[in-house]
Amino acid sequence: MSFITVKNVWQQYADQVVLEGLNLNVNEGEFCTLVGASGCGKSTFLRLLLGQEKASRGEILLDGQALAGEPDSSRGVVFQRYSVFPHLSVLDNVALGLELPRSPLLGRLFGSAKKDAREQASVLLHKVGLGHSLDKYPAQLSGGMQQRLAIAQALIMKPRVLLLDEPFGALDPGIRKDMHQLLLELWRETQLTVFMVTHDLSEGFTLGTRLLVFDKVRIDPHAPGAYGARITYDIPLNSDRRAHRAAVDALPIELAGTLRTA
Amino acid sequence: MRLINRHPDRPSRLLLVILPFALVLLAYFLGSAERLTDNPNDKLLPSAVQMTDAVKRLAFVADTRTGEYVLWQDSASSLRRLAIGLGISALAGLCLGMAAGTLPLFGAPLSPLLTVLSMVPPLAILPILFIVFGLGELSKVMLIVIGITPALARDLEQRTREIPVELLIKAQTLGASTWTLMLRVILPQLLPRLLISLRLMLGSAWLFLIAAEAIASTDGLGYRIFLVRRYLAMDVILPYVVWITLLAWLMDWGLKRLTQRAFPWYEGARA
Repeated sequence: MSFITVKNVWQQYADQVVLEGLNLNVNEGEFCTLVGASGCGKSTFLRLLLGQEKASRGEILLDGQALAGEPDSSRGVVFQRYSVFPHLSVLDNVALGLELPRSPLLGRLFGSAKKDAREQASVLLHKVGLGHSLDKYPAQLSGGMQQRLAIAQALIMKPRVLLLDEPFGALDPGIRKDMHQLLLELWRETQLTVFMVTHDLSEGFTLGTRLLVFDKVRIDPHAPGAYGARITYDIPLNSDRRAHRAAVDALPIELAGTLRTA
Repeated sequence: MRLINRHPDRPSRLLLVILPFALVLLAYFLGSAERLTDNPNDKLLPSAVQMTDAVKRLAFVADTRTGEYVLWQDSASSLRRLAIGLGISALAGLCLGMAAGTLPLFGAPLSPLLTVLSMVPPLAILPILFIVFGLGELSKVMLIVIGITPALARDLEQRTREIPVELLIKAQTLGASTWTLMLRVILPQLLPRLLISLRLMLGSAWLFLIAAEAIASTDGLGYRIFLVRRYLAMDVILPYVVWITLLAWLMDWGLKRLTQRAFPWYEGARA
């Protein structure tokens, strides 16, 4: 039984078909990169996985259950822009994820609970390389630093699925390399299943354990909206990492835990 | 060099700031002097001395009938009405605007209603307010509230919608409920925008205050101006207008400083 099952999903806005007949099985811990031309529905598919939109037809199962119809804490997300809260400091941006679920009335923790949350947040922020700017506001950070913050913010929730919508699209190449390394490190340590939309093919090939290519198979020149995109290629990649992940999964839990964090 | 690329340096900027004020004052006092030489009893353009005398009488000599210092008494009454009116409007505008902007189910009935309400000329319903709320403090405060709340609410609704949807999604993935999302994500981002909105509304608020005081009141800055109008007492009216302008400018400046100090993360605060 696969972790995420996509069954015959169609997405249609008015008479514009975006996705058609999508079928996909993804195991837990896979790193899927989604590539394709602009406007071919990669981001739409990501929004469906996020629960921001509902599919016109078909269904998506997460662990055998139909996906919740709205975003929730089981799925973390990083967008290209506007992923972090401008009014909160770096530290509070991450601590917010610990405060919100625990305080349904005020959405805010006090005293030792607050200190605790901030400490956890600070540990994670040190790990993503933001340890020296805990008290800054996001506007004072560079683009790369803001995306590190957004990733930390998503990971503090310990989601099972991480959705990335062109997270490094606005960064320059050097920074992008660092971000790739960080992302792979975090992916190795956690059991995250990652879906990442990217415009950069080489990024898709280096990062993913599986590359999904979205493309329109049928095109009617008189009705451009009549047919949607499908997954035309589904390519397994980076077999060493896949094998490593599979081997780790085969080990007893105690051992596997130490290996993952190593 | 093109005009668009020419910037004044510091001293010349200061000069350019002062210049129009100086010109206006100069024109006034030249006109005043000319009229007063023609007719020493002219009341239309009082001289600086006449106005200073009037201010001294109103601000530093107790009124023989009530024992109060008229200018300060008037200022206190007006500012109290203004503060209560602005406070209620800010709170109501914030709640309505946030609800209409965040919750589609609230926005559907609220937005059109607010649009229509903001088109009602508040002064046209002033008589209704006097009939319903009487001639006391309440009707004056209500005129300010009714006058600026719909506009405030509409502005804040718009500002709420300008918050990127990505942030709202992100908050939901961080475990926020509708309530905590509004409390921790939307409200803090709206507060600086509320202060800016209030600054823009100050002019209208003063307008409504003075209109209400002019028609039915026993004290207040607007009341005094309309009272002494009967005697053509320009020597009182002009200093009062200057005083009101100064108060309004100080409030504007105070709100601006508050926005900058309280919300250092807000880039719009610098404007």
